[in-house]
Amino acid sequence: MAETKRTVERPLSPHLSIYRLQINMVMSIVHRLTGGALYFGTLLLAAWLIAAAMGERQFALVSEIFGHPLGKLVLFGYSWALIHHMLGGMRHLLWDTGRGLSLGAVDLLSWLTVIASVSLTLALWAAGIAMRGGL
Amino acid sequence: MSQRTPLARVRGLGSAKGGTDHFWMQRVSAVANVFLVGFLIWLVFALAGADYATVKRALARPEIAIPLLLLVVSSVVHMRLGMQTIIEDYVHSEGRKVALLMLNSFFAFVVGVTCVFAVLKLSFGA
Repeated sequence: MAETKRTVERPLSPHLSIYRLQINMVMSIVHRLTGGALYFGTLLLAAWLIAAAMGERQFALVSEIFGHPLGKLVLFGYSWALIHHMLGGMRHLLWDTGRGLSLGAVDLLSWLTVIASVSLTLALWAAGIAMRGGL
Repeated sequence: MSQRTPLARVRGLGSAKGGTDHFWMQRVSAVANVFLVGFLIWLVFALAGADYATVKRALARPEIAIPLLLLVVSSVVHMRLGMQTIIEDYVHSEGRKVALLMLNSFFAFVVGVTCVFAVLKLSFGA
C-alpha cells in the first residue's frame, strides 16, 4: 500500500479508549502477546536441542541456565504462555465454526481460557515438583 | 462482459496472488500444534532433570525424534504467519515493514533449521 501523508486532521471514529474494559478484549491482546513471547521462546527449545547435539559440556551449561531461579522463572512464564495461547487458539478454532459467539458464551469462554491456563500451568509444575521431590 | 465464471476468477487468486492460504495454514498448523505441544509437555516431564546420556539417547529414538521434528516444522510455520500479521498490523512505514517481514522469515528459518539439524544429528549419531 502506498504511504499517505496526512495533511488534514480528519475526525476519527471512537476507538478502544472509550469502551469499558471487557474480558474478551483482554484475552484478545493477551493471545497476541503470548504469541509474540512464544515466538522468541522457541529460542529456548533451539538452545536445548542444539546443546544436546553439541556435547556434554554445552548441555551442562544450558541445563545450568535453565536450572537457575531466573531460568526457572522464564520457563514457568514460557509454559504458561504456551498453555494460554493453546487454549486461546482452541477457542478461536471453535469461533471459526460460528459457534460460541453469543455475548454470554464469549464471556464464559474468555474467562475459562484464563482460569484453565493458570490452573493447568500450576498443576503441571506442582506435579513436576512432586515427581522430582523438589524444584 | 467477461465470459469467465465466478469460480474461474477466484482460482486466479486476484491481484494479491494469495487467497486464504495464510488463514488456512495458520489453522492447520494450530490444530497440529495442539497435539504436538501435548507431546512436548510429556517429553519435558519425562526428561526433566535427566542426565546427558539419557537425554541424548531419548532424543535419538525415532518415536521421539519424529514428533519433535514435526513440532519444530509446525511451530515455525505457525509463528512466522503470526508474527507476519503482527508486523502488518502495526508497522506502517513500507521500508521498515518489508525489512521486518524479511527478518521474520530469516528468524523462523534459522530457528527451524537449527532445531532440525540438532535432532537429526542426535538421531544419526552425534
